[in-house]
Amino acid sequence: MKQTQTQTQHRPKRYGMAIDVDKCTGCGSCMVACFSENNVPFKQDETDKLLSITWLRVYKISNNEKFPNTEVAFIPRPCQHCAGQHEGHSPCVSVCPATATDYSVETGIVSQIYTRCFGCRYCMAACPYHARYFNWWDPVWPAGMEKSLSPNVSPRMRGVVEKCSFCFHRYQQARDKAYAEGRREIREEEYQTACTQACPAGAIVFGDLNNPEHLVHQIVKPDIEHHYRSHNPRAFRLLERLGTNTKVYYLSSRDWVRKSGDNYLPGEPVGLQGKADTHG
Amino acid sequence: MSSNEKHQTDGRTGDAHASSPSDPRSGPYILLFFILGLALSMVVGWSIFPKLLYSQKSQPIDFNHKLHLEQVDNGCQSCHFFREDGSFSGSPRLAQCTDCHAELLGESENEKIFVEHYVATDREVPWLVYSRQPDCVFFSHSAHVFGAKMDCETCHGPIGKSESLKPYEENRITGLSRDIWGRNIAGFKQNTWDRMKMDDCAQCHAQHDTLHDSSVQTGRDACFVCHK
Repeated sequence: MKQTQTQTQHRPKRYGMAIDVDKCTGCGSCMVACFSENNVPFKQDETDKLLSITWLRVYKISNNEKFPNTEVAFIPRPCQHCAGQHEGHSPCVSVCPATATDYSVETGIVSQIYTRCFGCRYCMAACPYHARYFNWWDPVWPAGMEKSLSPNVSPRMRGVVEKCSFCFHRYQQARDKAYAEGRREIREEEYQTACTQACPAGAIVFGDLNNPEHLVHQIVKPDIEHHYRSHNPRAFRLLERLGTNTKVYYLSSRDWVRKSGDNYLPGEPVGLQGKADTHG
Repeated sequence: MSSNEKHQTDGRTGDAHASSPSDPRSGPYILLFFILGLALSMVVGWSIFPKLLYSQKSQPIDFNHKLHLEQVDNGCQSCHFFREDGSFSGSPRLAQCTDCHAELLGESENEKIFVEHYVATDREVPWLVYSRQPDCVFFSHSAHVFGAKMDCETCHGPIGKSESLKPYEENRITGLSRDIWGRNIAGFKQNTWDRMKMDDCAQCHAQHDTLHDSSVQTGRDACFVCHK
């Protein structure tokens, strides 16, 4: 782990998310909120979903059982903000030849700088979650709509890769307010992502995984010594066995949902403890 | 180019006289050719091109910062204030000016234009902002003024002492103000407020704080600190 000055002064932040799959109804409010908050461009013809840009995407999964045992669940997937086995060794960050994507040890957020990106899409190939999207065209807003864009998020030009930033501009705004009030630390409720606030079911919880006062920490109970694996038996992470050490945790009481988080072989027991440890 | 020139002169002298591989008289002319060419390109690059690169615009009306600063109590923040949420208001809007200027206060020609053209018709003054940054830049006035306790002058220069607004020079390619790139074409700067480029931000960030090693990639500030 990188030893930083920030760590010696105060514990670095580690912003993360806990998404309760059992609460998620698949309504898509989070997707809409994310779209409008982050000036995500759309195309004239959105029928080709392979080219759609969705920073947050809700996937539908099923247990593939016959009626009446059929069950479905929805997996909202923002950027997972991987930390990797050695803090900051995210799949995308370590392959970027332009230093356009970066990992901040202060917040744990994987950033993407559009003006530095030259669109080689190496990061897209490296990302196991398909969380990164390529802008094939300059965004064309319907006349007048450009006035309703958020001034806090710069729109992306063609030829660059973009992704969810955990609404980082909201973190900046919260810090502005804190500075104006003579504080250095921001409170939990001051920095929340758009999707968290938009979820009508309250399925998404966002906060600092390193701060025991934050709800997300209390839900996830991360094991700091073991790559932040969750102590909560309901919790799982997507493709956890890859060792990406993501900051987005999913919760479900249903076995088949937890199992679908990773590519298990038929009959393989769920949640192999210690598997990730042999890696790092 | 130079070798062609040399061959031609050599060829001509060779016709007139017996072949002499190097005519001592052609040497200074070749040198002169280079010096003239260099001088010409220097003139184009250092004085003509920068003039072509920037178009000059004048502000809608002139403004006397010095006079106004003497009248207000709270320094720059009297007009360029912070909102409650910590965001910075930037250039004042008309409503702020009309607090004092609902009617003519003085006898200056500019104030007369201001009251007649903008206050009476309730139109915002289309100020040209010298320090406007590109869209990809995030800048927090709060962090610098409240957090780092910096003076406005450090980045904006002694603009509060100016009695009139300088012309706004717009870069024809980028559309940004010349104050971002700076006036010195060689890139030297004497004062902290001479330029507002990324390097200038980075220079200060490298020197003046202890928290600037959050990036895994560079070991310095993470890009998200100033980019959005």
